[in-house]
Amino acid sequence: MDSEAAPSAAGPVTSLPLKRTKGRYYLRRLLRDRHLYALALPGLVFLILFKYVPLMGLVIAFMNYSPFLGIMDSEWVGLEHFQRFFSNADFFMLFRNTLAINLLNLLFFFPLPIMFSLLLNEVRSEWFKRIVQSIVYLPHFLSWVIIAGICFLLLGSEGVVNKLITAAGMKPMNFLTNPDFFWGLLTAQSIWKEAGWGTVIFLAAIAGVDRQLYEAAIMDGASRTRQAWHITLPAIRNIIVVLLILRVGHMMDVGFEQVYLMSNGAVSKVSDVIDTYVYRLGLQQAQFSFTAAVGMFKSVIGLILVILANRLSKRFGEEGIY
Amino acid sequence: MRANWGGRLFDAGNIIFLTMTAFITCFPLYYVFVISFITPEQYFRGGLILFPEQWTLESYRYLLSTSSFVKAAGISLFLSTAGTLCSLIVTSSFAYALSRRRMLGRKAVLILVLLTTLFQPGIIPEYLLVRDLGLINSLWSLIIPTLTSGWYIFLMKGFFDNVPAGLEEAAKIDGSSDIGVWIKIILPLSLPSIAAIGLFYAVSYWNTFFHAILYINDAKKYPLQVLLQNMLIDSSTAVGNEVAAELSQQRLMPPEMLKMAAVVVATVPILLIYPFLQKHFAKGVMLGSIKE
Repeated sequence: MDSEAAPSAAGPVTSLPLKRTKGRYYLRRLLRDRHLYALALPGLVFLILFKYVPLMGLVIAFMNYSPFLGIMDSEWVGLEHFQRFFSNADFFMLFRNTLAINLLNLLFFFPLPIMFSLLLNEVRSEWFKRIVQSIVYLPHFLSWVIIAGICFLLLGSEGVVNKLITAAGMKPMNFLTNPDFFWGLLTAQSIWKEAGWGTVIFLAAIAGVDRQLYEAAIMDGASRTRQAWHITLPAIRNIIVVLLILRVGHMMDVGFEQVYLMSNGAVSKVSDVIDTYVYRLGLQQAQFSFTAAVGMFKSVIGLILVILANRLSKRFGEEGIY
Repeated sequence: MRANWGGRLFDAGNIIFLTMTAFITCFPLYYVFVISFITPEQYFRGGLILFPEQWTLESYRYLLSTSSFVKAAGISLFLSTAGTLCSLIVTSSFAYALSRRRMLGRKAVLILVLLTTLFQPGIIPEYLLVRDLGLINSLWSLIIPTLTSGWYIFLMKGFFDNVPAGLEEAAKIDGSSDIGVWIKIILPLSLPSIAAIGLFYAVSYWNTFFHAILYINDAKKYPLQVLLQNMLIDSSTAVGNEVAAELSQQRLMPPEMLKMAAVVVATVPILLIYPFLQKHFAKGVMLGSIKE
């Protein structure tokens, strides 16, 4: 209400009062909603500090950043770190590992939750369905440390699996230290941990399908396979596309925790991915600028992939993610 | 309904397949659980152990007598409670403000939030920021950088969008401010949804590992997951040795049994809140499946 007292001070210029009233209108709205802004403040500060300040911190990728000199005084080197990374032999290895792990995941993991939810949808007994769901959702909530730990306990040289193999008269297998098994092991772990949980989103969509569609299909003599193909699958098609976009957008990401925990000296040639490389060279050897460049390369490729996948899905008449 | 032979065969096959899937999921957990409760004698006899001859808490007694394990569990408990509380406050207040259409500049802030879900600056800039803030080796480094995320903000904003505007106006007439409305009306009304997100936060703080290996060097401040990693996987490190040394004083206990007991202890809190989590899976749909 104080703001009402001001207009008498307005000058003789005719266009000014209009501007002023407009400015005052906004000011009044800001004042009226001051409590809302107070509520938004912690979150906003957090976002700016932890999401946008690090973004600016990426300038060190173009510098020879030294913690002692600070960002202001460190020397600019342009694209030197990127050139060094691309001409490095590690680059090919990291790229191959990342791509291989993700392609295996796309091929063997991605279709499973879809298939699994179609099968769960066909179960007639509610309680059986619920028990199976309760069990297969659980591993999603366990940490990678627990899952890697269980793997080591069960598959190690002294583990129960190898004890059974020796009891059967065969030679024990090095599941954990054999480079040939590593990618498969990661894929199997991901399936064990997340394939069940992945059905949640599909089952929620299937639950929203109008039952009358199924009744009509039965009247027309459609078999259950045909019902699944013509009713259930189209109902979740959009979600499949959205998840596929997100999956493709994350083609450069490999879960750091999983790889870091499962890797060891014997498999390092096939286990090293960009994030573990950045962690090792950046944090353990303090090559901040070089690894910031490597990380930035990864983020940029990831962003381009998401945008491309989104465009593609819109072209095919599906909704995108943004 | 036509129940033909093909359909019945499919039903039977489907049930067998799903039962096998459930069994494969269960077995590793069940095995670890059983081994942690058997006597050392039964373990040393070897063979495939599927059931304890005699239930005993021996391995748990040894495990919980090691001070570093108990301490790490305490730290993780602290992270789960304090972290969840802080996360809920920041996320819900922010989401509430963003759900009010009358707020000036709301669109711009929403875009700011959306952009954070599309591009991640990477490990190094975030590490340098945490270091510059002086949070290295502070437990707050495991809470503050993960306080909230775009996905959670959008999810909670969705809940608040659905609160009828009439309720808010009524409280306004009674003289409540926006903060008053938030505390007295919005939070109680959406309590179930907030509790659901709180559970997801609690699980993620309990499972904190990546940030802990980045930001915590002081072994006395390791959360449970890092200690577990040292115990289970990387027993060459100092802490792993410390625990091993403490444990090897009691030579009768095979280390595998202690490891399995540690896995069970770290899993029990998740199992305890699992039934509550399950009630809210539908709300976690977006979080779990899309966030990844």
